[in-house]
Amino acid sequence: MGLFILRRFAVMILTALCLTFVVFYLTNLYPNLEKVAKTQGSQRMSDVEVSTWLASRGYRTMPDAQLLAGARSGDVPREEFSEAITGFDARLFRNYGEWLGLVPGYVIEGADGTVRARCAGHATPDEATPRFCGLLQGDWGYSTVFRNDVGGIITTRLVLTGKLMFWVMVLMVPSALLIGVLAGMREGTRLDRSLSTFSIASTATPEYVSGVILITLLASSSGWKIFKGTATSAAENATFENFFLPVLTIALYGTGYIARMTRASMTEVMTAQYIRTARLKGVSFRNIVLKHALRNALIAPFTVIMLQFPWLLNGVVIVETLFNYKGFGWTLVEAAGNNDIDLLLACSVVAVAVVLVTQLISDIGYVFLNPRIRIS
Amino acid sequence: MEPLTWTGSLAILNPLFVGAWAFLIVAFVVSSVVSAFSVERAISAGASAPTRISAASWASLGVTAGLALVALVTFAYLIGGIALQDPQQKGILGILATRFLPVWLALAATFALSLTFKRRLGLYGKLFDSTIGMAGFAIVMFWVFTAIFGAMDLIVTHDPLAQLSGMKNAVPGSAVTQEGVYPYYLLGGDNLARDVFSRMVKGAWVVVRIAPFATLFAFMVGITLGLPAAYYGGKLDTFLTFLANLILAFPVILLFYLLVTPEIVQTGLPTYMAAVLFLLPIVFVAVLIHSRHFTDLRKDAIYLTIALAIGLWLYLGIAWDADPLGIIDFPPNLLVVFVSVVFVNAPTVFRIVRGLALDIKTRDYVAAAQTRGEGPWYIMLWEILPNARGPLIVDFCLRIGYTTILLGTLGFFGLGLSPESPDWGSTINDGRKLLSIYPHPALAPALALMSLVLGLNLLADGLREESLRD
Repeated sequence: MGLFILRRFAVMILTALCLTFVVFYLTNLYPNLEKVAKTQGSQRMSDVEVSTWLASRGYRTMPDAQLLAGARSGDVPREEFSEAITGFDARLFRNYGEWLGLVPGYVIEGADGTVRARCAGHATPDEATPRFCGLLQGDWGYSTVFRNDVGGIITTRLVLTGKLMFWVMVLMVPSALLIGVLAGMREGTRLDRSLSTFSIASTATPEYVSGVILITLLASSSGWKIFKGTATSAAENATFENFFLPVLTIALYGTGYIARMTRASMTEVMTAQYIRTARLKGVSFRNIVLKHALRNALIAPFTVIMLQFPWLLNGVVIVETLFNYKGFGWTLVEAAGNNDIDLLLACSVVAVAVVLVTQLISDIGYVFLNPRIRIS
Repeated sequence: MEPLTWTGSLAILNPLFVGAWAFLIVAFVVSSVVSAFSVERAISAGASAPTRISAASWASLGVTAGLALVALVTFAYLIGGIALQDPQQKGILGILATRFLPVWLALAATFALSLTFKRRLGLYGKLFDSTIGMAGFAIVMFWVFTAIFGAMDLIVTHDPLAQLSGMKNAVPGSAVTQEGVYPYYLLGGDNLARDVFSRMVKGAWVVVRIAPFATLFAFMVGITLGLPAAYYGGKLDTFLTFLANLILAFPVILLFYLLVTPEIVQTGLPTYMAAVLFLLPIVFVAVLIHSRHFTDLRKDAIYLTIALAIGLWLYLGIAWDADPLGIIDFPPNLLVVFVSVVFVNAPTVFRIVRGLALDIKTRDYVAAAQTRGEGPWYIMLWEILPNARGPLIVDFCLRIGYTTILLGTLGFFGLGLSPESPDWGSTINDGRKLLSIYPHPALAPALALMSLVLGLNLLADGLREESLRD
């Protein structure tokens, strides 16, 4: 068992490294960096200025001095120059190491003569500046959109999203299990068919559709205005009025899926031999369901609920955007929309970690819950 | 001109309609509850009261009657709406029913033909034995026909991009003040004074054009990689499974935000991904043909040439936008949407195919083929794959629905497709800012998307039921 967890953990770390590298690579492609340079420097920078700006801040290697001089004087045509500077840059690997905190942060004397260091916030370093500043040292970088430390932003936003997720779970898990158990305890009855149709309908309705419908029905002037169509105020003060709709919207999409899995597992259990034995013994139907079937039927849904977290993450992004609730998902959209590299990387680390950790928990939990599975 | 009302002269049917629905809902709830809790009593009562009709069958009779009543009134709305001539009398629903007339005719023809020949049509014919499957099929075909006829400019009332003055956020049924165009905005106008109805119909074409093909590509990629992973196992399997898990661990929206941006399109990365991903379907078809016909060289050569010629033409046209004949036109922003949707779906298909193949690999007929001396690819593609078709077809239907949701997500975040594109996701995104004041521009595409995905899910459910029955 220990070896199993250890191996899973190693694979998890490897996966996380691969994924963050992919994100790092994609956010550090030249057009993205050019956008960063132009939004932080000035919009009217020429190609030469952009390339030296990026090189002075450690994003890319400084282009060849001869090439730069040629481009400045006009000897090298513009197309040739931009072709020479936009390609793949091996500095990417070093930057990734710096971001992780495995490689010392850069200290570069820029084209303008100023010395800049990564660990001094891309400014002139002094004695107090540490050599390493990456994830391992707890430094998540600086957000260019919110003009603040990424670590702090991520923590506050995650707390808000955690609140949302908690209420989603409170609403979703019991109702989904109830629907699944009720539908599965007597397969083929009308109750089963109507609940199954409800589950299908709820999985067929993505959050951005159910959100629109719920707002129209329950929060618009043409409908029944009992809730608020935005959840911005729920960040400080969550009430039933401003928080119920976003919670319901996320919960609806997941409910159907968990209910279907619970139903499948319940119907399987209800046809098992020991249920028949209990029936023949004369145990009442109520007791059969509650005491004999339920426990065994809830093993499979446990895995499904754990694996549902990554899906909830998607739902969170959509719902937070739709209801303007400034949590983690909203931050991710802002970071991605404005190519805020450090923030986006931090968001993806959190997202990937959530996915991988839930996978790990579901695997381990499944082994614990189901004594028939042995890990050799 | 007066604005239109929803039901026009048929408003007399409204109380009847509400009553029918109320009756149906009450009967349904009663029947559900009774059916769940009365079985026990029926068993314990035994055969003592066989002649008395039980409460459960009364309730179920009530549901059937309620359904028939609702269907009857809906039908009356449709027929009345089509039969009446004056737009004021027809009402919005009547006019809509008339606009969709080609779709109704095509649907009726499809169902008449399929029901007549259903015993000769294999799994497709069996679909018509299941009510749920038929309902799903009807909804899906409704949108498919709507998309096709809409693309032929048959159903739409206005140009989906035309902005008419004075129609900004107009309520459904508003009369157009300008001359020379259709006199009403049937489902109102959006934020930019465009016709919501026409945009919804045109949006169906975007989905029907992309979703099935993207899903098909994802399946071919998943199958081409999943079969050898399961069949050979070992290092190949470990590597491919790790890769699939890697992509699956990516939150979909993050991936979209990283891949589907103008900056990424500028680097040409989607083109390279397409170049790799879309090579696999060609490999799939070529191997499929060659492994079957390699003993008959002439047949092999003919089939392979035809398949490779068509495949290469599509490949050049779609992946490189360099169709030598100039027929296929695949703009880069559509390609990036297509590629990312295939990319997100392929790993899941891979996992399903791998799981199925691992199970089927141990069957006797596979061992028989191995003993016969068949090649590995023949066994994979002609022995294992056909026997995995049932679950794969069901998953294909579900996955088209999921792809539709993904396309909507892309539109909802304003990624990929052009901002004025009439696809449903973008339209919902446009409409969501004013949702609590003017919900209709976002509501129409939202309901359209929901019904299409629901139809696909029901269709998949019907197919699963029927394929399990064999």
